[in-house]
Amino acid sequence: MMNARDLKPVIQVENFSKSFGSVKAVDNISFQVIPGECFGLLGPNGAGKSTTIKMLITLLPPDAGTAIVNGFSITSQGAHVRESIGYVPQSLSVDGVLTGYENLMFFGKLYGWSEKQLKDRVPLVLELMDLKEAAHRQVAHYSGGMVRRLEIGQAILHQPAVVFLDEPTVGLDPVARHALWKHIQELRRHHLVTLFLTTHYMDEAQELCSHIAIMNHGKIVVNGTLQELRKIAKLPKASMNDLFVRFVGPIDSEKGDLNNVSKIRRIARRLS
Amino acid sequence: MSQKSAESLVGSVRRCGPFVLYLYHVWTIIELETLKIFKDPTEIISRSIQPALWLILFGEAFSRIHMVPTGQVSYLAFLTPGILAQSIAFVSIFNGLAIIWEKDMGILQKILTTPVKRSALVLGKMLASTVRSFSQLIVVIIVASTLGVHLKWSFDRVVGLLGFTILGSVFFTGFSMIIAALVKTRERMMGIGQLVTMPLFFTSSALYPISIMPKWLQTLAKINPLSYLVNGLRGLFLSTSYAQGTDIGILLMVSLLVWIWGTIQYPRLLI
Ligand SMILES: Nc1ncnc2c1ncn2[C@@H]1O[C@H](COP(=O)(O)OP(=O)(O)O)[C@@H](O)[C@H]1O
Ligand SMILES: [Mg+2]
Repeated sequence: MMNARDLKPVIQVENFSKSFGSVKAVDNISFQVIPGECFGLLGPNGAGKSTTIKMLITLLPPDAGTAIVNGFSITSQGAHVRESIGYVPQSLSVDGVLTGYENLMFFGKLYGWSEKQLKDRVPLVLELMDLKEAAHRQVAHYSGGMVRRLEIGQAILHQPAVVFLDEPTVGLDPVARHALWKHIQELRRHHLVTLFLTTHYMDEAQELCSHIAIMNHGKIVVNGTLQELRKIAKLPKASMNDLFVRFVGPIDSEKGDLNNVSKIRRIARRLS
Repeated sequence: MSQKSAESLVGSVRRCGPFVLYLYHVWTIIELETLKIFKDPTEIISRSIQPALWLILFGEAFSRIHMVPTGQVSYLAFLTPGILAQSIAFVSIFNGLAIIWEKDMGILQKILTTPVKRSALVLGKMLASTVRSFSQLIVVIIVASTLGVHLKWSFDRVVGLLGFTILGSVFFTGFSMIIAALVKTRERMMGIGQLVTMPLFFTSSALYPISIMPKWLQTLAKINPLSYLVNGLRGLFLSTSYAQGTDIGILLMVSLLVWIWGTIQYPRLLI
């Protein structure tokens, strides 16, 4: 069997940096993501996770550094990058006035799919995301978990090579969270999508990610598989939680600036 | 997915080349916006009330006191295209608010991570707003006719009316998108919207002919794009001759300008 590390990386980041005024949101980070893995960026609120994603999907230009996504440079080949990725933002981003079906049709067309192609494809995606029954209901009446599943469906609709998920379960209740994890795992196992996800939940990273990079204050503190992290920490049986404390220090639940906190509250409110 | 979908991996419209894909994107944006408008028609209905009130209350009263010299036509007739132009401008400026809302929701960000070109997105939104303006056109025509205004009708005039309605909404929507990208928050956008609309209205030729204005106001009216919309519509509604070259030219030019400017400004909404 080929060693996974020998595969050409799907994402290759070198010396990424981004500042907002005097805040160094991302501070000279480098890493790579291998095809087929679920790469998790784990860190507290304000660590710079969303900013990293936004640079990789060409929403924000980096101040310094480069990144290659699916073989394309994010700075000089943005259009190609956008064609080959899917994105689920941290905030909810579906139109409540439309039905799930209509939301998917719309995004499919933006990827250059014809109405005819989409009429075959959209029902498949709805089925995959367990939204068949709710397909023609207004999204405003969906539960939080359903909205998230619809968003993931939107992100995989055009069969991208890599999907970016920014805090996919933030604001969901435990049941919906576990259900969503199942869907995410299924995507990776059966549909061979590379996943890049950010989270501030230890259990989520441990459950979903084959590779974890711990981020804090804009820097990547440590990066590896769970086994590798355990080795580095010399804690062979450690949970993600233990490892996090070991590498970052005690978890401060009060962390995150006002903006961040109010954003998460807003999401939670809309999801409930 | 299944094996069969492997060959449909690439969108079939994408295979038709960049130009076709561009138009398809613009059309998709228009289609979506239109769908949304028809799903929630309360907004259109509530927005028709204002022009109706202007015509019924203000127009009727001022027609009676003959304060404004409007030549052969009644003041109400004179006012009709002015009110139509005003309501086209107002509903269009409202689009800026919707765009900030989309940004706050993250919908805009997500659209910008798809292959759609920014200029196509801006153009699509500019054109989509036309649907709202058409509803204003219909309301104003119905109310004015009910109040006894004699509007001139012909095939050319209808085409012209539709054309000016499109140009007006395209321009004012683009204009509002630029403001939205500058002010970035809904609260500020609402404030600026109110700050801009009234002066825009009162310094145009919507309420009174440019010829009776004081000099300084005339200058303002002449650089106010709303005047050209009013002028174009007024000619089509009321005049026997309606050579509209200048009005069309100026509206086309400023529309092109806000399209380009909007495309450049738009990504700034994200920062
Ligand atoms: N658009 C922005 N303007 C100013 N500061 C920002 C902006 N986006 C993020 N930041 C700041 O950058 C830091 C990292 O933010 P972010 O990447 O959202 O963190 P995370 O996603 O890990 O919670 C935070 O301090 C945040 O306040
Ligand atoms: Mg974040």
